[in-house]
Amino acid sequence: MRTITVDQVIETVAGLCQEANFRLGEDVLAAIERAQDEEISLTGKDILQQLLKNAEIAREEAVPICQDTGFAVVFLELGQDVHIAGGDLYAAVNEGVRRGYRDGYLRKSIVDHPFNRVNTGDNTPAVIHTRIVPGEHLRIIVAPKGGGSENMSALKMLKPAEGVAGVKKFVVETVRAAGPNPCPPIIVGVGIGGTFEKAALLAKEALLRPLGTPAADPAAAALEKELLETINGLGIGPQGLGGQVTALAVHVEVHPCHIASLPVAVNLNCHASRHKEALL
Amino acid sequence: MSQIKLTTPFTDAVVENLRIGQRVLLSGIVYTGRDAAHKKMVELLEQGKELPIPLAGQVIYYVGPSPARPGRVIGSAGPTTSGRMDAYAPRLIALGLKGMIGKGKRSPEVIRAMKQYKAVYFAAVGGAAALISRSIKSCRVVAYPELGPEAIHELVVEDFPVIVVNDVLGGDLYEEGAKIYAAR
Repeated sequence: MRTITVDQVIETVAGLCQEANFRLGEDVLAAIERAQDEEISLTGKDILQQLLKNAEIAREEAVPICQDTGFAVVFLELGQDVHIAGGDLYAAVNEGVRRGYRDGYLRKSIVDHPFNRVNTGDNTPAVIHTRIVPGEHLRIIVAPKGGGSENMSALKMLKPAEGVAGVKKFVVETVRAAGPNPCPPIIVGVGIGGTFEKAALLAKEALLRPLGTPAADPAAAALEKELLETINGLGIGPQGLGGQVTALAVHVEVHPCHIASLPVAVNLNCHASRHKEALL
Repeated sequence: MSQIKLTTPFTDAVVENLRIGQRVLLSGIVYTGRDAAHKKMVELLEQGKELPIPLAGQVIYYVGPSPARPGRVIGSAGPTTSGRMDAYAPRLIALGLKGMIGKGKRSPEVIRAMKQYKAVYFAAVGGAAALISRSIKSCRVVAYPELGPEAIHELVVEDFPVIVVNDVLGGDLYEEGAKIYAAR
């Protein structure tokens, strides 16, 4: 049994909220640089250059990459031999978000009720996903998610007979319909299988994988390559103004499913793919 | 690529000359507004009341900036998705609004209103929020401070880079651009 205090959790979450919003991952930067070489649209090339410059300013001046500093989505992998001391774990995560967003001058984008819509003023509550794992560590991943790309995400329960062709069609149509709205070049997270909510969570988790790392499942990895090629053939391009780089990556995660079901979830992310993690 | 410099407010003549794909460096005053501020403004119009900002010739930037660090003019300030303002925009365009800055597609109703009343829609680079903030020289809240990031701010911008997406002829760069680069 190992003890981790809520104060450690608060401090870690607060730091990760800021780091995620100020520092674009090296994998994303490398992907944008590659995209700049590949893009044939001059406007597209210029936009990608602006995104690189933007990331540099954000990193150097500790200002947010994007003004939409997101819904704080927090993944906890809690070792079953950890004892959380000093208070409520989820309250600690929310306190970390509160401090991180306040001290980092991050935008508060959460409203208290879907109809009432009064800003909570501190970007809480976070959306927290917890997994209990073996061991005596707590892994915390903070993944702030912007509204623009989240709004263009979609889920569909396909018939098993529609198969992989049906999955491809749904993913490509989701990206096509989204067009310029999710701020391309995007990262496409796809969750296939499981139940309704499992597919959605898989799609979100797919966005956390380092860009360019293929799926562990060979069929999923093959589908990623095929989807990326089709999506980049749509012509949407950087910011939807026309070009060859619409997506930087497609990440697919699969899960066993019911004999009657073929759920597919597509979670879109803008180029500001923000997620940072720490291991306590 | 060539860029033209424009200063707000706009006359009809300036707007009529703009074409999709043109890159513009914008200077002068622009007003910020998102869903909540638009809703409030349209409610005022329905009650026959005066708006908190002038509309004739003006430009609205769809943005909810992040808070400014001490000593800075503004936080990061990139465009938000314009489609959420589509329900309100035709009403403001009919009253003389000449330009909108945001990102993402506009509805057929907004595109029709731009054609009828002579207005344009510009895209700013979504996600280039830290870079864009360098073009913003001053910022003050002029209405609805209770809305926080959604309040209406008056921004003075200098050489703010934008691209014409919809013009007075009904052109749409999102449609045309994708057609050019789509795989055959």
